[in-house]
Amino acid sequence: MNKNTTWLFKMAWRDAKASRVRLLLFMASIILGIAAVVSIQLFSANLKDNIKLQSKALMGADYIIDSKQEPTERAQALIDSLQPDAKEINFVSMIAFPKNGGTKLVKVRGLGGDFPFYGTIDTQPSAAADTYQDKGGALVDATLMLQFDVKPGDSIKVGAVTLPILGALKAIPGSTAISTSVAPPIVIPYEYIEQTDLLQFGSRKEYQFFYKTDEPIDLEQFEDIIDPQLKAEEADLDTHTSTSERLGRRYDNVGKFLNLAAFIALLLGCIGIASSVHIYIKEKLKAIAVLKCMGASRMQSFLIFLIQIAGIGIVGGLIGSLIGIGLQELFPYILQDFLPFSVEISISAQPILIGIFLGLFMSVLFALLPLLRTWYVSPLEVLRVDEKGAQEPRKLRYVVIGAVLLFLFLFSFWLLNDALFALGFMFATLIAFAALAGVATLFIKGIRKYFPKRWGFTARQSLLNLFRPNNQTVVLVVAIGLGTCLISTLYFTKDILLAKTEVDQSTDNANIIILDVQSEQQEAIENRITENDLSIVNSIPIVTTRIHKIKGRLANELRQDTTKQMRNWVLNHEFRSTYRETMIDSEELIAGEWTSHATPNAPIVISISDNLAEDGIDIGDNITFNVQGVLMETTVGSIRKVDWRQLQPNFNIVFPAGALEQAPQFRVISTYVPDEAASAALQRDLVAEFPNVSIIDLRQVYTIVEDILDKVSWVINFMAFFSITTGIIVLIGSVRTSKYQRIKESVLLRTLGAKNGQILKISAFEYLFLGLLGSLVGVLLALISSLALALFLFKEPFTPSFIPFLVFLPGITVLVLAIGLSNIQTVIRSSPLEVLRREG
Amino acid sequence: MPKILNITGLEKTYSSGNKQLTVLQNISFSVEKGQTFSIVGPSGSGKTTLLGLCAGLDQPNSGSIELCGQDLSTLNEDERAQLRNKNVGFIFQNFQLLPTLTALENVSVPLELQGHKDAVKNSLALLDKVGLADRVHHYPSQLSGGEQQRVALARAFANAPSILFADEPTGNLDEETGEKVIQLLLELNKEAGTTLVIITHDLDLANRTQQILRLKGGQVLTNERTAVL
Repeated sequence: MNKNTTWLFKMAWRDAKASRVRLLLFMASIILGIAAVVSIQLFSANLKDNIKLQSKALMGADYIIDSKQEPTERAQALIDSLQPDAKEINFVSMIAFPKNGGTKLVKVRGLGGDFPFYGTIDTQPSAAADTYQDKGGALVDATLMLQFDVKPGDSIKVGAVTLPILGALKAIPGSTAISTSVAPPIVIPYEYIEQTDLLQFGSRKEYQFFYKTDEPIDLEQFEDIIDPQLKAEEADLDTHTSTSERLGRRYDNVGKFLNLAAFIALLLGCIGIASSVHIYIKEKLKAIAVLKCMGASRMQSFLIFLIQIAGIGIVGGLIGSLIGIGLQELFPYILQDFLPFSVEISISAQPILIGIFLGLFMSVLFALLPLLRTWYVSPLEVLRVDEKGAQEPRKLRYVVIGAVLLFLFLFSFWLLNDALFALGFMFATLIAFAALAGVATLFIKGIRKYFPKRWGFTARQSLLNLFRPNNQTVVLVVAIGLGTCLISTLYFTKDILLAKTEVDQSTDNANIIILDVQSEQQEAIENRITENDLSIVNSIPIVTTRIHKIKGRLANELRQDTTKQMRNWVLNHEFRSTYRETMIDSEELIAGEWTSHATPNAPIVISISDNLAEDGIDIGDNITFNVQGVLMETTVGSIRKVDWRQLQPNFNIVFPAGALEQAPQFRVISTYVPDEAASAALQRDLVAEFPNVSIIDLRQVYTIVEDILDKVSWVINFMAFFSITTGIIVLIGSVRTSKYQRIKESVLLRTLGAKNGQILKISAFEYLFLGLLGSLVGVLLALISSLALALFLFKEPFTPSFIPFLVFLPGITVLVLAIGLSNIQTVIRSSPLEVLRREG
Repeated sequence: MPKILNITGLEKTYSSGNKQLTVLQNISFSVEKGQTFSIVGPSGSGKTTLLGLCAGLDQPNSGSIELCGQDLSTLNEDERAQLRNKNVGFIFQNFQLLPTLTALENVSVPLELQGHKDAVKNSLALLDKVGLADRVHHYPSQLSGGEQQRVALARAFANAPSILFADEPTGNLDEETGEKVIQLLLELNKEAGTTLVIITHDLDLANRTQQILRLKGGQVLTNERTAVL
């Protein structure tokens, strides 16, 4: 290092020492953002490594063949030829605990063979996983056991079979806490499935066959050959590699969201740095002019301050990275309910280097505009102040702004891996910042134009502070507004999502749905419901059908046609259809005419859902259905738009009344129960007598949905914390920076005889205006963005909650006020002379 | 005697809105090496502008300035800064110490800019000479006005300049402190043989220099030698 460089570092250090509190605040602005980015980067890297390493353990096998129905003859032949090492039948059903009469909808998994081949079934006691097959017992979801207060040794009734509970099931390859919330799993030996008597007509079930390859094979090539053959038979092959890739992609999306949230926090911090450095450099201009008088070159003066900012960036990046390393340990806990495996945390160098690079690069980039002013300071400013003297050329300013935007785009592109999304994110960020800055600017202009001249001295003085030279009104409004906007949007969005799941308390809407009711059980079940003083809300017949021929072409023929525009699932799917005279609330006619009754000796006129119409099926098209062996000619008469999100049975194909009454069918019956006790009593009665039916208590589902949303919002809140805390730090930094500008003025006011109370009032009003303006704009922006989310994403009516207006708005205003008033304490506590001397 | 500062036909105008404001008009004079030279005139006569031009802090609209044998119009901003670092010292009415540096660091800066090996040692000696040996680690805000101006004096002489420009050096000081500072200034000038160019309102101070240039309305009124040898 030559003498000149050493001197530059020495000067940077000397100057920084005297401004350490402010520089530390600048640094603090970026620390949290970097900590967030690094922790998420590290966690994502660990997650990917873990998925790769645990790929087989996640699936429990090398590959699985599954089918949502009993495999066809050809599929079974293929499955057998590959010699499965284990198999499973699973279905959703009701179980009962004889100990206390408790009933619950569960996912019954009948496992045969030595599954899993990789990873383990985690049970308590641990030996239960190895012995349940031989001993003929059940493994029951650990949470379920806690809920119903059952212990190993108690028994469980699954359909017609009662089995001893051998252990609590804590984890099984391929399941997450969230995925098992609605129907928690129980595992029983395969051979007991038949005895349960639950696999009746119409039951939804899944057949799985697990394979372990002894010799290494190219699974990708294997999948390419076998999967199409299985797909033709409505079965499916999943290899551990493709499954873990899919899993990786799913968590990649979560990672992208988390990364963007972290990036916003970092961006906010950088805006804070830019604004603080702007004031900081402005105060240094005189000193820079003195240095130039003494012979310092433009480059030297520029580098002294660049070194300071770069130093802040590097140290901030390092501290942020270290905090990030600590924080990433939290993610496995935060996301544990969403992950099907435990994440082993290890530290890699790359995210830490990224953190340091980000700290350095972003602080320098965002501070570059104010830093460039040092270059253009004339030494003449020592003798006279020239406000316009130290302006960088406009072209240069545009180049720097261009560089900032380019970096924003490149960084978001790196995070999202999609140019269009990156561009969208960049513009959304720009719009949010521009909206906040625009409102602040308009507000300042408005006050200037319509200045309330009749107000008292203190109120006028505080308003004047909002547009004084070097004011930070815009930056403060952006910082306060963005923070408020983030938390309010989160709150409103959560509201929209929860409003969707609220149970309608009116008796017109069912809250208990009974599935898989066989025709011969219908009357008895309906009687049982009415005996419980409940009414039948709906009793919907369901007939399973398949497409045999469509527009004159056989489904088999169409499957082979590579030029067809129709998705395969339409041709392969077993449709659960119904017949009725009218449409229901969740449906809207968008084309054709609704036919209520079938006309004898004429093709039956059916109605299809809009998603089927997307596959090229239109009004007037002929479709021949295979209704359990009987072919039925139909014509499409209408197309319905179906709201699939409504928790009630919805159908792709609806037949008119008089068409399917004689076909083999089962029913879905729904009723309304007023409370939990009535629900439990009904479930107990029905499960005891009709073990094959499944009962969904919508209130429980809503509770689970609410619980999931709580967990999701906890993750979102955790990410918002970074932005909000960064916002507060930027706020403190900005207020602290403004301290140096206004302290002399306050002291002068005191010298002229202003009382402490008046000075306090001036500051209080000013920060009150700032807090109110920032938080109000923030809440309003949140309102607009939430309305957009409700309209375009969730497609739900939006009734905004008052909480952001009643809690966030005053809360944040008070916080701003408190920070602002703490700033003025130095003035209040010191004598005017002391402060004047100290401030130089 | 050789000339250290040679000004010929200097003119400086500023634009104020649409108007052109002529601050200096047809100024010519020269300062000899080692001479004490004062520029006096009422407020707004162009004294400070002239000082800025002479020291290469600003550029004239026309005319030439030759400082230490260098035509300033041929130098760019960094070259002029280098020239100042090697040959020029400054004292300002408001002291203009760097507020974030201690007294010692303030004095060291010009030497450090030159890459001087004994910057600290020399600075300590200079501070001792101006009577501030016990205040070397104090920041400007911890020093009185007189002490700050003495630090500025030590800093001005630190790089052993050929010429020192002083802009109202006693303007912010009481009479007694001001006198002490002037005594020091003249002593250091004598010891080091530095040319002294002082801008002042104070005619008593001007009369203690060897030559007085009187300005009025941006023009030279008189340029006379005094009785001071």
